Amino acid sequence: MYLGRVIGTVVATRKYRDLEGIRFMLVQPLSHALKPRGVAQVAVDVVQAGPGDLVYLVGSREASQALEETFVPVDAAIVGIVDSVDLVPDPDGEAAK
Amino acid sequence: MTLARVIGTVVSTVKHPKYKGLKLFVVQPIDGEGRPTDPSFLAVDTVQSGVGDVVLVITEGNGARQIFKEKVLPIRSVIVGVVDEVDSRSVSP
Repeated sequence: MYLGRVIGTVVATRKYRDLEGIRFMLVQPLSHALKPRGVAQVAVDVVQAGPGDLVYLVGSREASQALEETFVPVDAAIVGIVDSVDLVPDPDGEAAK
Repeated sequence: MTLARVIGTVVSTVKHPKYKGLKLFVVQPIDGEGRPTDPSFLAVDTVQSGVGDVVLVITEGNGARQIFKEKVLPIRSVIVGVVDEVDSRSVSP
């Protein structure tokens, strides 16, 4: 699982049958320091997240298991809205480098 | 399984029902000497680990479903052990 920021919504009218009624969001994956990591991706949303929200996601096969219909073609799902991330001091070990 | 260090906690109120009651940590994969290897990720805890602990993490969904005895579970990464000691000095890679 990983952190991400919702940066937009995605609307698709014509789509695979089992994806009807599912919300799609554009999400930028983030590091623990909340820095962008990799390219933005489209994820399904089951927690009513909105643009600007800090969220966490689950990827691969387990993404579809966040949905009521669990055998659907999705590969990323927003499964929680983050209130806060609390890190240890110096999480990257910069002081030791 | 992956060797990792717990470097933070994630607090979340609104979440998928299967995440209710689970602790969510930020874990940093490390090598035998404690140096960071791959990018950090999030994992749920099953062994009462804490921030700063070196832990064993599974990062694959079938194992997660076995641990929680669920057929359907949107969780991939689970902390399954707290490491007491790693001795990797005796053999050079």
